[in-house]
Amino acid sequence: MDFYLTYILSAIGLFSFSALFALFGVYAERKVSAFIQDRLGPTETGKFGTLQTFADILKLVQKELIIPAAADKLLFILAPGIIFVAVYLGFAALPWAPGLVPSKLNLGLYYFFAIISVETLGILMAGWGSNNKYSILGAMRSIAQIISYEIPAGFALISVVMIAQTLNLQDIATQQGILATEKIKFLGYWDVTTTGGVLSWNIFRAPHLIIAFVIYFISSLAESNRAPFDIPEAESELVSGFHTEYSGLRFGLIFLAEYSMMFLVSMVGAILFLGAWNTPLPNIGPVHLATWTTGTAWGILWIGLKSFALVGVQMWIRWTLPRLRVDQLMNLCWKVLTPLAFVCMLLSGIWRLWLM
Amino acid sequence: MIKNAFNGFITAWKGLALTIRHLFASNAKRTVIPVSDDNYFKKLEGTNTIQYPAQKLPIPEVGRYQLDVEIDDCIVCDLCAKICPVDCIDIESIKATEAIGQTSDGTTKRLYAAKFDIDMAKCMYCGLCTIVCPTECITMTNLYDKSVFDISKLTYQFSDMTPEDAAEKKQLFEKQQAEKQAAKLAAMQKKEGGA
Repeated sequence: MDFYLTYILSAIGLFSFSALFALFGVYAERKVSAFIQDRLGPTETGKFGTLQTFADILKLVQKELIIPAAADKLLFILAPGIIFVAVYLGFAALPWAPGLVPSKLNLGLYYFFAIISVETLGILMAGWGSNNKYSILGAMRSIAQIISYEIPAGFALISVVMIAQTLNLQDIATQQGILATEKIKFLGYWDVTTTGGVLSWNIFRAPHLIIAFVIYFISSLAESNRAPFDIPEAESELVSGFHTEYSGLRFGLIFLAEYSMMFLVSMVGAILFLGAWNTPLPNIGPVHLATWTTGTAWGILWIGLKSFALVGVQMWIRWTLPRLRVDQLMNLCWKVLTPLAFVCMLLSGIWRLWLM
Repeated sequence: MIKNAFNGFITAWKGLALTIRHLFASNAKRTVIPVSDDNYFKKLEGTNTIQYPAQKLPIPEVGRYQLDVEIDDCIVCDLCAKICPVDCIDIESIKATEAIGQTSDGTTKRLYAAKFDIDMAKCMYCGLCTIVCPTECITMTNLYDKSVFDISKLTYQFSDMTPEDAAEKKQLFEKQQAEKQAAKLAAMQKKEGGA
């Protein structure tokens, strides 16, 4: 019976983490955008406006749940739940530290990739169920975009899997540090199995994975509907896309899903390319920095820092680059990223065969 | 194609470099200086936000905001009400029986202002009324933050006459008119009788 308790506790832990992260993320986003634009952002609620998002969510909870008269009620009500649950389930397979993973799945990466695609379904349900032209336009754009960008993202991930030879995310994480059971080579020739640190991360084990990482990062922006790929929301054209008709907690759930998705894709990027929970500090001679900074608490710290850094980059990009047009979006996906991802996959095969 | 993609990355990086500079640039509070200051447009450092109730941009005393009437200087000529494009000034005048004093610039006042209402909710802040005013008693001030809970509070009443006062003055004037009329009539009758 004990393991049921563990399951429930880890589920609650992950949920409260994603909720807290969303609160923090919204605050961070508002501050980052403000500073980028030489403004101040929230300042009045709490010290430096830190309580602003709590006040916002309090307001959101009190709002009336409006269902448009012409809406498809079942789809409309179910959609936010499906969107959030799809993102939330993605966390199940992601390792946080050595030996600390909610679910030890052999097909972890495959599962992650499959489960976040379910979000698309929720978005389509929201768009269709709202019975609103802006919502359905946003939903259709979102689906076209997410499905298209899954191809370069998928091939970028496959090029990692070819190097790592496993789909288990915990195994992929273990390979990128001093706990690795196999021989790890920096750039294919320098054995860094005992040195660890930044040298054994996947992007340095096989340098073409840097390109794969960039491809994955761009695609992950598109999959989480973030600027510059936010055409499904496109405030200036579509009001706010598929969630135009949502109010109160349902809107809150969609918002929560968006920020959880940001963290989720960043965390997967960190796990696959940036050494997961492994420390960036290498062992140098007698100074065993890597050994000292490896452990459960350290692992959570490192993966957290790496993911937050990537989320920060996502925000930075959002407040810099203008939105792409639909045709530009598809051009980038099919004519640039997809061929590049194929090249990465090919290079991975060659690298695996000749250099590892 | 490759050149295009490469160019895309280069230009994106340029933009990102610009924003990251601003992200870590000084977040010093803005020092508020008036627009007339020489350095006003040269201030590029720090935040741009004016934290309004705490900080206020200095404006000249005769700005172009709320209207104000110095009713003692008003000769109730009604020019402002006539020129107003949105008809937000409502004046009711009563003729006085005699000259009732002088304004500060020496013009003789011959009319009482029974009513001098300005509906600031209607006002379009064109300032025409201040231009036509012969005694310069209607001016625009530097007050702009005016929020009220009741829209009728936005109708400013500048007349200092009570309704009783006004009624009395009206009666006086009517009495004088009647006396004048009577005198005129008497004079005419006398003239006719004399002829």
